[in-house]
Amino acid sequence: MSTTATTIEHAPPNRDRGGARALIQRLRHGDEVAHLVTLTFAAGILLLTSMLVYELWVNSHLSRAKFGWLFFWTRTWDPIFDNFGASPFIYGTLITSIVSLVIAVPLGIAAAIFLAELAPRKISDSISFLIDLLAAVPSVIYGLLGIFIVVPLMRTTIGPLLINTLGHLPYIGKLFKPPNYGVGFFTAGIVLAIMVVPFIISVSREVLLTVPRDQREAALALGATRWESTWQVVIPWARTGILGSIFLALARALGETMAVTMVIGNDPKITASLLAPGYTIAAVIANEFTEATGDLYLSALIELGLVLFLMTFILNGLARILIVATERGGGHSS
Amino acid sequence: MIRLRLLWRKSLNAIMLSLTGVAAFAVVSVLFLILGYLLLHGGKSLSWDFFTKLPKPVGESGGGMANAIIGSLKLLLLAAVMGLPVGLLAGVYLAEFGGKTFSFVIRYTTDLLNGVPSIVIGIFAYSLVVLPVKHFSTLAGGVALGMMVIPITVRSTEEFLRAVPGSLREGAMALGASKWKTIATVILPAASGGILTGMLLALARVAGETAPLLFTAFSNRFWSPGWGQPSASLPVMIYTYAIAPYDDWHRQAWAAGLVLLMLVLLANLGCRLALNRRGSARSA
Repeated sequence: MSTTATTIEHAPPNRDRGGARALIQRLRHGDEVAHLVTLTFAAGILLLTSMLVYELWVNSHLSRAKFGWLFFWTRTWDPIFDNFGASPFIYGTLITSIVSLVIAVPLGIAAAIFLAELAPRKISDSISFLIDLLAAVPSVIYGLLGIFIVVPLMRTTIGPLLINTLGHLPYIGKLFKPPNYGVGFFTAGIVLAIMVVPFIISVSREVLLTVPRDQREAALALGATRWESTWQVVIPWARTGILGSIFLALARALGETMAVTMVIGNDPKITASLLAPGYTIAAVIANEFTEATGDLYLSALIELGLVLFLMTFILNGLARILIVATERGGGHSS
Repeated sequence: MIRLRLLWRKSLNAIMLSLTGVAAFAVVSVLFLILGYLLLHGGKSLSWDFFTKLPKPVGESGGGMANAIIGSLKLLLLAAVMGLPVGLLAGVYLAEFGGKTFSFVIRYTTDLLNGVPSIVIGIFAYSLVVLPVKHFSTLAGGVALGMMVIPITVRSTEEFLRAVPGSLREGAMALGASKWKTIATVILPAASGGILTGMLLALARVAGETAPLLFTAFSNRFWSPGWGQPSASLPVMIYTYAIAPYDDWHRQAWAAGLVLLMLVLLANLGCRLALNRRGSARSA
């Protein structure tokens, strides 16, 4: 191995030596070896991700060949007659995610504004710390609390309240009709909202903190109130990044499995009422994968996994681009 | 008229700003609600038996989850052995060797891998490990968790390596050390605290994962010797016990939830406090 003294000798590039000897020298030097080894592992991540896509694609072959695009439109999910349609699951996944965003986005952005714009640094840091801890709580714990706390609460209090108030409104009323069993799209949406709100807060807070100080000062100097400077100057500046945080949260909500499985009711139906039980892609995979006896059945479940993968893949990609764009100061161009 | 408008703007300001504060405290209070409920329900059901006994069959009360605790530890060990070295070396590559385009591709892929739903990772581990041998195993669960450890470790390793002051690197290089020697003897030790904490955080994150274990490690009511058998784990036990219709199982689920949450939160608390202290020491 090269000691300090020998490396000094070798330090200048060996221009006059033959290619093979130069290569040996460089290998002895160690740098090339280290480079190669670490490169292999980095490339391993690429390989692993490609294998993931490959396995999902190959193993869903049976289902793709038999149902084609109809898979996304038909409503039957019948393992006995080997007839599989994914639309109730896709519907449930989208609806629960939308409900969760409707709750989590205003809450998350408001909290991020408080942390980035109002709270003194010390308080802001400690609250962010606690919110990071909230993000670390395992999803099965959310599910546990969902089953034993949120579901009874929905059944006895929140559900009837929604039916008696919003249920009488035109248009929106359709979303809040009985029966109300406590489990369903809305319950899943509430639990998901609690789970994704920490992501919205921490990313939005970071993005808000990158907004230059003089933007705020200029608005205040023009006589704007604190709220006006935040709402009309800071938020528009940061909106690409905030949108990125929402995409990130949406990707999380779409792929979330355990908490949703435990509170959605597991009924593959497309119902207008948010209080009705439903089913999501992740939940059906979690529930039926080990029971899938037929090859086509398993293949259909893996195709659902592929759909879920593609949805989150696209959303995550978009989110990264948006967040990077804002942090580099691209947000103000809008 | 103008006074009225000013009054309106001022009240709007006050209302909206207080609402943001309410939102922040509402979110934080959820953490304490979760902790409170688990302590309340889990604390009652937690006993010494929980840590030392096997689960009892339906109808018999008592019993514990000793096999699930050991199972979770074994799964974490596998995840650490498979995931951490890959994450570490890939992180070193990104921070020290990477070119521009290739590094960007790796970083992007890592982020996307991090965002893949855990249930999909489960399907992958299933088709990779379970399908060929046709039975569930601890190994398959370890592969799934190990795969989830990788992206988190890569990003934290890279971040902490980049935080090492350039003067250290230049000092080592000026003494004639080659690049890899500089990395191995100067930069990695300097960043080791942060990197280890990042690794622990990654393990804490996968410790609570349930979805990828459902059809890889599966579940087991007894001890799982070796690595080739289905194994119980705390998160999966919480899930199966919580959705079962027996009150006694619900109590066990709460107890298991408390244990799992405490482990995960304490690991997070310790790591994040250590990181914060290092961070403030550096900037001071």
